Amino acid sequence: MERFGKFFSSRWGMISVGLAIGILASTLQKLGNPRNMGICMACFERDIAGALGFHRAALVQYIRPEIIGFVFGAMLAALLFREYRARAGSAPIIRFMLGFFAMVGALLFLGCPWRALLRLAGGDGNAILALVGMACGVALGVFFIKRGYNLGRSQRTSPVVGAVLPLVMLGLLLLLVIKPVLSTGAPFFSTEGPGSQHANYLVALGIAVVIGFVAQRTRFCTMGAMRDVILMRDFHLMSGVVAMLAGAFIMNLIYGQAHWGFAGQPVAHTNQLLNFGGMLLAGLAFALAGGCPGRQLFLSGEGDGDAAVFVLGMIVGAAFAHNFNTAGTPYPNNPANWGWGPAAILVGLAFCIVLGLTMRKPATASA
Amino acid sequence: MVVEHLDCRGLSCPLPVVEARKGINRLPEGGSLQVLLDSATARDNVSRMAAREGCEAQVKELENGEFVLTIRKG
Repeated sequence: MERFGKFFSSRWGMISVGLAIGILASTLQKLGNPRNMGICMACFERDIAGALGFHRAALVQYIRPEIIGFVFGAMLAALLFREYRARAGSAPIIRFMLGFFAMVGALLFLGCPWRALLRLAGGDGNAILALVGMACGVALGVFFIKRGYNLGRSQRTSPVVGAVLPLVMLGLLLLLVIKPVLSTGAPFFSTEGPGSQHANYLVALGIAVVIGFVAQRTRFCTMGAMRDVILMRDFHLMSGVVAMLAGAFIMNLIYGQAHWGFAGQPVAHTNQLLNFGGMLLAGLAFALAGGCPGRQLFLSGEGDGDAAVFVLGMIVGAAFAHNFNTAGTPYPNNPANWGWGPAAILVGLAFCIVLGLTMRKPATASA
Repeated sequence: MVVEHLDCRGLSCPLPVVEARKGINRLPEGGSLQVLLDSATARDNVSRMAAREGCEAQVKELENGEFVLTIRKG
């Protein structure tokens, strides 16, 4: 078990897991997940928000088993390797709002960092400026971290606290499997559009459990990859991200899923200003919260109550984005169709910058 | 021999690494930094950073599941 554990801490372990994630994500797309997507934490949490009726965008309502599987897989790994630690209490309301704004930013681009990488691996050029925007957001986060930004310490707490989000995920799984019919119509499942496009739920759940497990072991984090390169020229996490890109790219070629260019990409738009701006906000929010949306799910499985609050913030942010017209649309090049997206980005950036400048409690004391 | 102590328990990524790196930079050659951590992730990240800085790091797991990393410079 110890040797198995040491492999995941190594560079080859990180690269192997990155490759596996890229291959599995492309495979999920082949098996029925939305085109040009495969895996997207932002879109999938948005779909869950829709299924619960938090928003009423009929094309994007489905209880994504992938989100459930990521938490379960990470929890399984944490329990097996005795890393499950229930902890919470590090500025939860701030983390909730960071999740909220991270989702608002991501949905303006129409993807989280995972989807941005997978879109790039499928030939979608619109992901380029999104990733540049994210890198700029992460760099701004690093600037604040170097100046002493921190949200304060979390505390060890009862295992029950750490089990809350996994139990919520179990509840979602039961809703997905049983599909109860309530007079209100909830839970809602799209009959057309991206919400209706999904792999068989058992296969998707199984693949996600595997990804959650290996991602927890390697501490895989797309934002962390950029952050560590900028902060200290550490390429450990980046090696996994590059491997994920490579794995997805190769499988997209094999599956015939690669489509090169900017126009006509599924579930995407070509407004590069919004792509850049949305991911600038998302990247900054992820950096200030200490993890990409995938990492926040994996941490939630490990018992991290603060990460769980971030995830809930993302789900509420998704509901807001669709109810208040801040999410990206396929036709955003006409300013009349921009909705409140740009305004939401400015508000989110202001929130994050004020946070970065003011949350500077002394991080450490002598032990 | 100079021995510094840092309590990095409960800090979010990447603060344990950031603080430990600051601690190493403050050490004279031959000095030692003891870092208290409470997660395996922080343990692995700080160990990797210490190796990159050319320091020797030893990990001791405590009974309550926390870790003490002793980093020697030079």
